[in-house]
Amino acid sequence: MANTKNDIISQLQKDILQWEGYRPPPAGKRKLVGLGPVEAAFPNGVFPLGTVHELVCANTEQAAACGGFVSGVLSILMQNGGACLWISLSGNLFPGALKAFGMEPDRVIFVNLTRDKEVLWVMEEALKCAGLAAVIGEMREIDFKQSRRLQLAVEQSRVTGFVLRNRTDKMGSTACAARWKIRPLPSEPVDGLPGLGFPRWQVELLRVRNGQPGNWIMEWSEGKFRPVEKELPEQQKQMAG
Amino acid sequence: MTDWLTLKQPELKEIPFVFATLDRNRIVITAANPVAEAQGVHCGMAAADAKAITTDLRILDHIPGKEAKLLRQLGLWCIRYTPVVMIDLPNGLILDISGCAHLWGGERAYLKEIVNKLRTSGYDARAAIADTIGTAWAIARFGKKTPLVEAGMQAQALLDLPPVALRLEPLILEKLQKLGFSTIRSFIQIPRTVLRRRFGEGFLLRLAQALGLEEETLIPLVPPMPYTERLPCLEPVRTKKAIEIAIQRLLEMLCMRLQNEGKGIRKAILKCYRIDGKMVQAGISTNRGSHSVSHLVKLFELQISKIEPALGIELFLLEAPKVEDIEPLQEKLWDGKPGLQDASLAELLDKLAGKIGANAIHRYLPAEHNWPERSIKQAASLMETPAIKWRIDRLRPVRLLRRPEAIEVMALLPDYPPKVFTYKGRRHVVEKADGPERIEREWWLEQGEHRDYYAVEDTAGHRYWLFRSGHYDDAPQWYLHGFFA
Repeated sequence: MANTKNDIISQLQKDILQWEGYRPPPAGKRKLVGLGPVEAAFPNGVFPLGTVHELVCANTEQAAACGGFVSGVLSILMQNGGACLWISLSGNLFPGALKAFGMEPDRVIFVNLTRDKEVLWVMEEALKCAGLAAVIGEMREIDFKQSRRLQLAVEQSRVTGFVLRNRTDKMGSTACAARWKIRPLPSEPVDGLPGLGFPRWQVELLRVRNGQPGNWIMEWSEGKFRPVEKELPEQQKQMAG
Repeated sequence: MTDWLTLKQPELKEIPFVFATLDRNRIVITAANPVAEAQGVHCGMAAADAKAITTDLRILDHIPGKEAKLLRQLGLWCIRYTPVVMIDLPNGLILDISGCAHLWGGERAYLKEIVNKLRTSGYDARAAIADTIGTAWAIARFGKKTPLVEAGMQAQALLDLPPVALRLEPLILEKLQKLGFSTIRSFIQIPRTVLRRRFGEGFLLRLAQALGLEEETLIPLVPPMPYTERLPCLEPVRTKKAIEIAIQRLLEMLCMRLQNEGKGIRKAILKCYRIDGKMVQAGISTNRGSHSVSHLVKLFELQISKIEPALGIELFLLEAPKVEDIEPLQEKLWDGKPGLQDASLAELLDKLAGKIGANAIHRYLPAEHNWPERSIKQAASLMETPAIKWRIDRLRPVRLLRRPEAIEVMALLPDYPPKVFTYKGRRHVVEKADGPERIEREWWLEQGEHRDYYAVEDTAGHRYWLFRSGHYDDAPQWYLHGFFA
């Protein structure tokens, strides 16, 4: 009896996931974005594509880290020749640097805007366009209603959206699949050589719909994400905040 | 051709000059101006011979395709006299004037009008009217008497002309000359079988065409039709819905034509004539040619708010000043494949450009410049591919400031990376540093100091790109230029 009850519950959980728009990946065709342990935090253990992700970046240093992290994910999404649209408020993104994160900068179309309202309009229109691999929108803030509009737009087209918001004071609820926070961490010297190591980030999943929030340290080295297992010294951890 | 140059450079009017081109190792004259012709220079002559005749002869390079272009322009101008005009290279126009001459008061007045118009605009023109193309051609060039040949009198008109008037091959002309046939009169009575044996079928065909025994067809010049549609309204309209309907109708008409010709709109302008006599217009442009009504209607819908109907619009005019060929086959091939060639992406960009302006949308390609700001350039179109590879050998920041910002720096030793720097009032202690990477200013573009770049990481793990402008002598200025991921 207990067995059947568990079966029913797990079946119901699966159904709920499906009703909420999560399709379980067909066996053996699981699409990974190379995030390793981070992906396990998501429902079905798959990085949700065809949804909107929200990344919180409070300052330019964090925005740069977000840029690097998103480019790393995009390099997988754009593998089959897809194009993406990057809507920028600051207009300081440097295409020449994106190649280092494995993506083709000439397949990115940059849109420079100044107002949140315009960014939201452009982002919603772009998310409806199934010909794009991903849309990245930088904005100051996004409220629940706006995030729901974006989420509704992607449900038809299955385009992946990334919202980079830089105001952190009014973080309400969100309709996005996940809310991330990427912060730069001190890099480790490579083979004891002086100078800078590989870019290293504190990847924090603040909210995941139907998943487990968590905290990881990731590094971008040799064209892929690499999780860093080692615990950092306490003092360094404090400074990272 | 020489007349065209004289029109452009009036000082050449008094000087004998010719156009010449290289033909089988000889420089052969292709066109000579009247002054040169008066001194005995003619087309087909070697330039060296011509120089011997006329000492102050000026020889200019032949411009390939120029005659065709000029004749085409003249031909299009001649369409006001008759709807059927044909270009006859290298130096003639053939007009089919059936049923046109009476509008100018008879053939004589008609001919006079055309020749006078051409002469006053600077072209040395001769013309003739005859029943057949061949005869008209001969009389216009070699006729000494009247330029009008009456119906059925071709043979009489041709009798006194040289054989060259029959548009014959040079080889046949040479043969005729050798046999002593100096006028058409001397061989026109000879039986056809004999002529055929001697000179071949081509000769007989030319003769028959001139005499009107053989049909000759014209290939008429087709003037380009502007891509324009107009829609007058029975009653002046002023509602948004009415304007939408008008746009829909106009686009349907225009796109039908474009589709048949395999073309797509790149730029379109809608002109609305209001009853108060003013005209308002709205324009759209697309990234790739399109003849899809639904897409173009969407683009115009974004512009409707800009149209001020005032008391009402009574006439809509849709113009497509820029169209391009589109390949429907290729479109199908790319369909459904994500990428820059995707048709839906182009449509999206058109839509965005309509709302936020085209200069907010960029795509970048690598450029061959050292200076980081110049190492990228804007792509001209969606189709353009990078000419060189993106460089990854040097570390570049993800966020690059448009304008480097000045910082205050403390370095332990000259040419050492800074130990502490202050940016926007915050003090950063540098933990690790890479550099310097010296980037020289491109002296062929501008003068100035070089930059020594350092990639630094502060104790919090933030990574920056700093540079020092110039050498480390008295008080160098430091700047922050970018943020690494």
